[in-house]
Amino acid sequence: MGLLSFLIFFPALIGVLLLVWPNERQHQVRTIATAASAVQFIASLWLWFGFIPGSGFQFTESIDWITRYGIGYRVGVDGISLLLVLLTTLLTIIAVVSSFSAIQTGRKGYYASLLFLETGVIGAFVATDVFLFYVFWEAMLIPMYFLIGIWGGDRRIYATVKFVLYTMFGSLLMLVAILWTYQYSGGTSGGTFNLFDWYGLSIPATAQPWLFAAFALAFAIKVPMFPFHTWLPDAHVEAPAAGSVMLAGVLLKLGTYGFLRFAVPLFPLGFEYFADTLWVLAVVGIVYGAVMTLIQDDIKSLVAYSSVSHLGFVILGMMALNLVGASGSLLQQVNHGISTGALFLLVGMIYERRHTRKIADYGGIFAVMPVFSIAFLIVALSSIGLPGTNGFVGEFLILLGAFRTRPIPATISALAIILAAGYMLWLVRRVFFGPIVHTVNETIRDLSRRELVTLLPLVILIFWIGIYPKPFLDRIGPDLQLWLSRARPQEMIQVAPKEEPAPAAVRKIPQHSPDTTLVPRRDAVPDHDDVATAGGVG
Amino acid sequence: MLPLLWTIPLWPLLGFLLNGFFGRRWGKKTSGLIGCATILVSFLMSVGALASLLSLPERRYLVAPFDWIVVGNFHVPFGFMLDPLSAVMILVVSGVGFLIHVYSVGYMSHDPDQPRYFSFLNLFVFFMLVLVLADNFLVMYIGWEGVGLCSYLLIGFWFRRPSAARAGMKAFIVNRIGDLGFSLAIFLIFWNFGTLSFIEVFERAPAVAAVSGGLITAIGLLLFMGATGKSAQIPLYVWLPDAMEGPTPVSALIHAATMVTAGVYMVARCSTLFALAPVTLAVVAIIGAATALFAASMALVQNDIKKVLAYSTISQLGYMFLALGVGAFAAGIFHLMTHAFFKALLFLGAGSVIHALSDEQDLRKMGGLKTAMPITYWTFLIAALAIAGVPPLAGFVSKDEILWQSFSSPIGHWLLWLVGTITAALTAFYMFRLVFLAFHGQSRYPSTVHPHESPGSMAKPLIALGVLSVIGGWIGWPKVLGGGSWFEHFLAPVFEGAEARLPAREATHSLGLEYGLIAVSIAVGLLGIGWAYQWYVKSPERPEHLRTRFAGLYNLLLNKYWVDEIYDAIIVRPLVGSARFLYRRFDLAVVDGTANGIAKLAQTLAATGVRTSTGRFRLGAVTFAFGCVVALGWVVYTFLRVSG
Amino acid sequence: MTLLPVPLGNYILLSGILFSLGVIGVLTARNAIIILMSVELMLNAANLLLVVFARVHGDIGGQVMVFFVLTVAAAEAAVGLAILVAVFRRKGSVDVDRLNMLKG
Repeated sequence: MGLLSFLIFFPALIGVLLLVWPNERQHQVRTIATAASAVQFIASLWLWFGFIPGSGFQFTESIDWITRYGIGYRVGVDGISLLLVLLTTLLTIIAVVSSFSAIQTGRKGYYASLLFLETGVIGAFVATDVFLFYVFWEAMLIPMYFLIGIWGGDRRIYATVKFVLYTMFGSLLMLVAILWTYQYSGGTSGGTFNLFDWYGLSIPATAQPWLFAAFALAFAIKVPMFPFHTWLPDAHVEAPAAGSVMLAGVLLKLGTYGFLRFAVPLFPLGFEYFADTLWVLAVVGIVYGAVMTLIQDDIKSLVAYSSVSHLGFVILGMMALNLVGASGSLLQQVNHGISTGALFLLVGMIYERRHTRKIADYGGIFAVMPVFSIAFLIVALSSIGLPGTNGFVGEFLILLGAFRTRPIPATISALAIILAAGYMLWLVRRVFFGPIVHTVNETIRDLSRRELVTLLPLVILIFWIGIYPKPFLDRIGPDLQLWLSRARPQEMIQVAPKEEPAPAAVRKIPQHSPDTTLVPRRDAVPDHDDVATAGGVG
Repeated sequence: MLPLLWTIPLWPLLGFLLNGFFGRRWGKKTSGLIGCATILVSFLMSVGALASLLSLPERRYLVAPFDWIVVGNFHVPFGFMLDPLSAVMILVVSGVGFLIHVYSVGYMSHDPDQPRYFSFLNLFVFFMLVLVLADNFLVMYIGWEGVGLCSYLLIGFWFRRPSAARAGMKAFIVNRIGDLGFSLAIFLIFWNFGTLSFIEVFERAPAVAAVSGGLITAIGLLLFMGATGKSAQIPLYVWLPDAMEGPTPVSALIHAATMVTAGVYMVARCSTLFALAPVTLAVVAIIGAATALFAASMALVQNDIKKVLAYSTISQLGYMFLALGVGAFAAGIFHLMTHAFFKALLFLGAGSVIHALSDEQDLRKMGGLKTAMPITYWTFLIAALAIAGVPPLAGFVSKDEILWQSFSSPIGHWLLWLVGTITAALTAFYMFRLVFLAFHGQSRYPSTVHPHESPGSMAKPLIALGVLSVIGGWIGWPKVLGGGSWFEHFLAPVFEGAEARLPAREATHSLGLEYGLIAVSIAVGLLGIGWAYQWYVKSPERPEHLRTRFAGLYNLLLNKYWVDEIYDAIIVRPLVGSARFLYRRFDLAVVDGTANGIAKLAQTLAATGVRTSTGRFRLGAVTFAFGCVVALGWVVYTFLRVSG
Repeated sequence: MTLLPVPLGNYILLSGILFSLGVIGVLTARNAIIILMSVELMLNAANLLLVVFARVHGDIGGQVMVFFVLTVAAAEAAVGLAILVAVFRRKGSVDVDRLNMLKG
């Protein structure tokens, strides 16, 4: 069994074990879940170290499953999914540890759900068979449904049903598109669900918009893009803290990942057809999400709306269709998982103490919880993209890339950075600064050692990616190059080199320009947006 | 020495980390010591760096410890550059920074959160040093936003006060508006120059400008937009007066001497770009002059000692931009330096007064402090004379240079000079109004308060800055008065790219004109002082009289032209209002309403359909059987019809 | 055709009668056990036809199918009776007219 299969099935196995664990030994459940997720995380580190940038899919496994319909158990990891898999294993262990005191009832089911969720998410990230992807994509709904529906807040049933129905609605249309493409892939003989074969298909230009729309709808709901976002605040507000961490941290990434892996490279002409729409939706989502946060009185729904804004940036970077924007987009997916995950974690910690998420119930708690407050401030600053934190690197690259392709939407989106500072710092001011107005808040205890330990890796990552993002960018670069060559419709690639050359002074590239190390060893199409040939000045 | 250039900012960072993690455990004394010592090391290293730089013929040294962001052709090293301009800046930042740290030991000695204070202050110095040492736009941007962060943290240092928390937030957000311009400029620069390195951008700028002048203009204006935010110029100056909520040494270091001058530094750094686009220089000069006059007018009537100084800072920053705008980059930087000395001194002196009067900031409740606080008084007086432009103090030299340049420069204008001169008179007036109200006359503070001279740790920095305020200007003593303009020559390599682009300086101005203008600038300074003396010492009833006579004007100035209120009414309120409207009427009603409406529709349909399932078994069975019969009948019927 | 001792039509008729008896039983009986038995009767009517036509066409498949049906019928009886026992415990009766638990 390969490493990826281990990563997929080990959590599920432990999950089953937890379910049948004797009730009278419930107290061991936490330990088992922690150990399992730790093993899982350590195993996933092997991906990080063993990954060779620019070698396409690695750690691949391929076993025939339902041969008659060309369905295989095919998995592999490339630069696009590598970081997301690692993010999943990291956030799972954090989610498990952070639930120690918050979850008092039904521990067996709870931790089993978290582990099943990990199985579903990792499976979806590494599947290179579209059928297999769909199976995991749907399977992960089940544990999330229970996490929100059983361990959630007062309106948990409404929220969880809404979440599942929204997602299901999108995925059904995607299923139709998958089946259509499957039929098409067959021609006269039997079809296949192998993603690599699908990449090679030349799907007729008339069909592409419909197929893209069906895929994109499923992913857009998951992201969520405006106007499909209203399930998100509800789900986040009602979910338990760890559920929110997983939801924001990794589940939403499946939407953006789906765009990168499936919708865009499979149907580039469809992508081009809907490009204007997506630009508009991304920009509207960015600004709209940011504006919505201004008037939220619930911390969690504020963070949820800020997610809408941040994920709009991720889409924007993808729309840029150049290496800078795409790198930023992928990095920002990871960043959002870290920062927003940490924010939900922090909100969960304070909720555990005061059992309220209303901003008005706090105020001045910097005085009683300095460590918590500083942690929150760091995460908030990373969320608003302060240089030196991860958020800046991602957002900057996205805007830089988008500015190249379409300056006006990029500029409008940049306005949201001002708004982001506004809503985050306003939140910080109302929760942490000022005098303590509620006497209950005078005796809140600061973070425990366990809580600090759960936060620490995220804070370290915030600064690591902010200060030295090179290891991350190096790993994702080559595969994004390849992605770009697939995502750009053919005619664009052919036109590109004909663009007028830049003036001599501009053509001089800095000597340390490292494209030689970044271009994949395969004959990938080089980034036509590179500055040297970029169409002239002004 | 120079290969270790990149470690200069690291010392304050170390101080920040030590104080941040262990400050509470190690106690106040240690935290103060760490805070001061790390800055001192940076200062000494800066001096060493300057010495090494002077021995380099090309007057420029680059070092990049590691690559920061590398994506394809987008390659940004974490690079530092030492040249005369950044050398001046690191000396000012670490030098004045060190004095203010020492002062803070005394000033903050009663505050239980002293370790937090020093860690933030150290962090600020770190970011400021990164800002001025950066060798490319993006690393500069780190420092740029980083100092904004520290400003936010330090303005809101006394976070229990809602006004302090609000002021910090306002500062950060207003700065972000400017930063938007800065980042857009960075985008434009990268996609058109293919690099963000200062040296490469400035080398390629003429070629790019030859193709598209409008592009350079756009870049220049966007960069200047960033500068107006950080350096508190019209229209983004509104955060600086509120920033006075922070501890006074913070106001001295961040909101007078260093951070707010970052915009000036940035424009000077990009002088080549600005020189290529004359429009941008004109905008810089006009905004600078307008801000100088506008802010000075508001300083005339403020009653809070720190607010007077805050508006004075805005006004003086306007002066610096005026200098930059007329192409006198060295003069602008020179004023930046001298201003750092005397304005830091003014703030620290004000802090000393506030400290002595148990946190009283209202000028109307001071008076007669001259005898009780001699050191504070005399140093404050020196600084006031310096800012009023009295020779031979530092302020005279730099200010006179700016006025002369705004008149004589080929891209200058006599109107700019006039505005500058009027501002100079106003500056002398409000500054001596402050001196007379605070230190002269009868004491107006309650008799329970016993003002006392500040302790040594606070007094010594005052004296040091006092000395600098006197002699600091001599290194730029103008040629016509027998000096050598050494400062300008030192900076010349940095600005030669820009100078080459500007129209050649005419040599036709007579010496007589120059002497005349010097005389005018001295005269207006003295006039302002005399005016203040007349009103606030000789006949103190005059201001009261005028206040009632010109009540409208007085209120306009006192309320700062209601600009805050206007911004609130046209930006903040509509934004929050529309957010509320959108949330209720669109997000909940339309978007969520549609989704819920669909769900409702399905529910209604189901509720109709569900009535047919009565749960009665026999009814179900009969229906089923009936259905079977119908289906079967249909099959038989078609069969019969087909088969004949 | 010659393989059958009795004409084919008789078999079909018999099967039809049995099936109709089953249907009438299901529709008219109030006792759930009788309904269950009537269902068995219908199944067996079908089985009869399967066997007959297997013989007619000489295809063993029909008889194989009968085994499947028998198995399913046995399983169905087991599950059905188990349900009836459960229902009886709960309601004290297996009168289908008094059961309306499926009401929507």
